[in-house]
Parts: sequence; structure tokens; C-alpha cells
Amino acid sequence: MTATEIVTPPAPDPGATPPRRRAALRRLRRSPLGIAGFAVLAVAVLASVLAPVLAPYSPAQVHFDAPFQIPGTVGFALGTDDLGRDVLSRILFGLRASLEVGVLAVALALVVGVPLGLAAGYFRALDAVISRFTDLMLAFPFLLLAVGLAAIRGPSLGNAALALGISQIPGMIRVVRSETFRLKNLDFVAASLVDGASDVWVLGRHVLPNALSAVIVQATVAIPQAIIGESVLSFLGLGIQPPDPSLGTMLADAQQYAAQAPWTAVVPGLAIMLVALAFNLFGDALRDALDPRSSR
Amino acid sequence: MRSYLLHRLWQSAVTLVLATIVVFLGVRALPGDPALAFAGEERDPASLAAIRERLGLNDSLVVQYGKFVLGALRGDLGTSTRTGIPVSTMIGTGLPVTIELSLLALLVAIVLGVTTGVVAAVRRGRPAEWFANALALLGLSVPNFWLGLIAILYLAVGLGLFPASGFVPFGEDPVANLHHLVLPALVLGTGIAAIVMRQTRSAMLESLGADYIRTARAKGASPRAVIGRHALRNSLVVVVTVVGLQLGILISGAVVTERIFGLPGFGKMTIDAVFQRDYPVIQGVVLVTAAAYILINFLVDVAYSLIDPRIRVAGGQS
Repeated sequence: MTATEIVTPPAPDPGATPPRRRAALRRLRRSPLGIAGFAVLAVAVLASVLAPVLAPYSPAQVHFDAPFQIPGTVGFALGTDDLGRDVLSRILFGLRASLEVGVLAVALALVVGVPLGLAAGYFRALDAVISRFTDLMLAFPFLLLAVGLAAIRGPSLGNAALALGISQIPGMIRVVRSETFRLKNLDFVAASLVDGASDVWVLGRHVLPNALSAVIVQATVAIPQAIIGESVLSFLGLGIQPPDPSLGTMLADAQQYAAQAPWTAVVPGLAIMLVALAFNLFGDALRDALDPRSSR
Repeated sequence: MRSYLLHRLWQSAVTLVLATIVVFLGVRALPGDPALAFAGEERDPASLAAIRERLGLNDSLVVQYGKFVLGALRGDLGTSTRTGIPVSTMIGTGLPVTIELSLLALLVAIVLGVTTGVVAAVRRGRPAEWFANALALLGLSVPNFWLGLIAILYLAVGLGLFPASGFVPFGEDPVANLHHLVLPALVLGTGIAAIVMRQTRSAMLESLGADYIRTARAKGASPRAVIGRHALRNSLVVVVTVVGLQLGILISGAVVTERIFGLPGFGKMTIDAVFQRDYPVIQGVVLVTAAAYILINFLVDVAYSLIDPRIRVAGGQS
């Protein structure tokens, strides 16, 4: 195959044709649960981006004269904790950290997992090596990875994202690998190869765009997992460090005095649940819209 | 069949060797001089050199790795720098608690997940399916440890139905033992139940649409027999694999659950070790978990190929 004479077929590429995407979008718009999920997500993202503007107080600001104010108290819509810190302000900033970790972790999984998945599905020789690599990563559950990273580099938001991202890589590799495997045997890919296209061209022009639906769905599943994972790590003290607010550390603090001030334990948990639920609803609707065969 | 098993055994062995290398190098990457950690108050160069010699830190990396693997094979995982107790002894006391918790949680996950999954598939399009789907979605979205906190707050402290923390060995008092583990097992099991439910549901839907189901119905088998003997049995293969894949989640979840309920298991030991910078314990815990994970996955694959002959044929070809 010479690189000088690359003739591209005139886009016999079913995935990139606009009508299919438009049809998917139309199906997505018809799913009330998917729209609800998307709306909650949009609000959550906006609220966390605008946290410095929206939050009534700085998340670390203590009011020693007003500890354990119940939700609804004037000035403290969601109450205060043991140090009189405003729960609403802490939730807004905590949400921001959660979304940040979720997106960073999944970005890492995408950057590493997509190329490896493409390579494993396309080149038989690489498949065995990459599969061993996947098995190896699966042998270290994310919590143990986080434990190891915290021991080596100290606990932080970055390390939590790194541990969660690494643990998402095998899933991403598997999804992309099986999609690549399926696509590689389709006629239009063979046609392109016969036409003299290089492997890299075929992967980038034909396989990847068609595998994108599966990648997007996998990402929407992975983000809520990473968000919940972050709260677990921060709860255990392996993630975001105080005084930086995080939904997980708020729950860890609340454990001490939950009987006295139950809202400090209930509110952050509800926030995590709501965001994860919104992602899952949106992800389900997206999967059904992109792949009508899988829908009920 | 034999060639498939040998192939899987070889793959598992390679993964295990790679895992030991990762753990070994990971521990070498830890900050600080291990000799200093062992020396404690004693800081004079002569005794440090002696400790370094005794720990084998002067050997080349390859020799150190060889010693590490040989030691691990003999069950020698070093001693805790904090307590002076051999790591293998510590793991030996913590592990049974974690295994009991995990098995109970799996039981919860399978009973809850398979039941709701079957109901959702059989009652398709009715309120029961909607309800089962909503439950699964909630189960996937709720952080389990938070569920644990809330359960302690309202069920244990508030209503006094269960002990809020602590542990009684099964051998001492089986009833008290189970009483202490009900909440932790429920909390750990629900998240996995949601995953099991979704897989059972889609596998059941697929089986129910298959030709052999139509045949079974046509020959007059009762609906109960069609669902139980034909559709569910074929779907269970999928469930077995899914449960095998959830092992990582189970292990991670057990760590948090033990922490919340104050169970003296493997997980609590791990977290304590991180905060005390007890490196030999961390190394031992990570190594044992990775090895257990690889072994169980191998066993799941073997079980899988015994249940479904198609797997080992396809597996042998690839």
C-alpha cells in the first residue's frame, strides 16, 4: 500500500450521514425521561460553573454563632453543619468537584481506551497483548488503585480522577474493540482497503466515526460511576482533602453528628444521587436513540 | 475443552505475574526510605545500613523481585511496620469477615436482581416492569455508602432494629453474627443487584423471543415451566458472568461498607494501613486481592465453559 496514491471512496459511510443522526436526535427528544435527565444535568452543570456567583457564602466560611441550623433557616436555605458552614454553598462547590472528577476520569479513559480498543479490534497481533493489559488493570479494583496512588503520591482530587480513570479504561477498550471488530468486516471497510486506503485512514475515517455511538453511550455510563467513585474516595479520605468541599467529605464529616443534624447526611447524598440518576436517565435514552434495536 | 482450559490457565498465569511486577514496582515507587520506617527512633548510619542489608535493599531489583515472589509463595508477605505482626496473619484474621460479608451481599444481589429482572421481562409493558426498572435505576444511582449512613441513622440508631456497628464471629454466636451483617450485606448488595437485574432482564427478553421457547409453548408446557426451566436457565449463564465481573465492585464496596459499619475486615485494615503509611500491609493487601481476582475470574470462566459448551468452542478458536 503506497501512501502516495490514496483514493478515497465517495463516503459510503452510513454512520456519518446526517439523516441517521437526525433520526436519533428526534428519538431522543421523544423520551421524556431522557429530557428530564438532560434538564437536571444542565442545571447541575450551570450551578457548579456559577458556584462562585450563586453560593451565598464561601464554602469554607464558618459561622460559630450558627452551628446546626436546620434547613429553611433565614440565610441558610439548606442549613449549616457543626462549624456553621452553609450546606448549600458547600453542595454547590462540592458538585463542581464531583463533575470535574467525573469528566477528567472519563476523559482519561477515552484518551487511553479508544486508541487501544481500535488497535485491539483491528490488528489481530496486538489483540492478545492489549487483552492481557486489560485483564491486568481489571485485577486492581479502583479502590485499591486509589489506595496505592494515595500511598505513593498522597491523596488529592487529581489522584482520585487518575484512579477512577484508570479503572474505566478496560471497559472503554472492550466496547471500542468489539465495535471495531464488527465494523472491520463490513463491506465498505473492505472496499476502502481494496481502494488502497491505509489502515490508519480506515480507522480514522470509517471505523471511529461509526464506533462513536457506542463510545458516547459508554462515556455516559462511566461518568456517574466516576462521580459516585469520587464521593467514596473522598468519604474515605483518599480523594479531595479538607477544607476543599466535596460531597464525599461532607458525608464523612456528617457521620460524626448525623443523629443530631440528619440533613448534613441526607442533602449531600441526595445531590450525588440526583446527578448520577440524571446521567443514567440521559444515558439510557441516548442508547435507545442511537441504537433503536436495543430499545424495548 | 482441555486446550481451552490450558489456554485460560496460561492467560491467568501471565496476568498474575504482571500483577506481581506492578505491585513490586509500585512499592519501590513509594516515597521515603523503607529502612527509615523500620528503624523508628534509631537513626545512626550503622544500624540503618544493617537494616538495609537485612531487608535486602542492597540487592539488585531483579534479585529483590525474586525474593519477593518466593516469599509470597511461601505465604511470607513481610511484617507490618506499625504492629510488628506478620502481614499474612493480619490478612488471615481480616479476610474471613470480608468473605462472609461479600457472600451475603452476593446472595442479596442475586436474589433481588434475578427476581426483579425476571419480573421485568415477563411483565413487559406493565406497571411491574416500570417499577422494577425504576428500582434498578435508583440502585445504580445511589451511592451505597450513603445508603449505609442513612440505614444506620434511621434503622439502627433511630429504630434500634439492628446494631449500628461492630462484629461477632460466626463461631461465637451465629445469630448475633448475622444480625450484625444484615445491614452491611443489604447496603453492599443493592448496587450489584441493580446490575444483575438489568442483565437478567435483557437476557430473559432475548431467551423469551427464541425459537425453543415458542416450541416449548407450542407443545403445551405451562408458563411457569417455560419461564423457569427454559428461559431462566439459559439466562443464568449471562448472570454468572456478570456476577464474576462485579468482583472488583464487590471488593471496593466491601472496603467502604466495613468502614461505615466498623467491621474488622480486610477493607478496614487497608484504609488504616494507608493512613499509617504501613507499606508492607498495603503491598500484601493489593497483591492478595489481585491474585484472588484473577483466580476467581479463571474459575468463573471454567464454570461458564462447563455450563455452556458453545463458549469453549468459540473461546478455543480465538
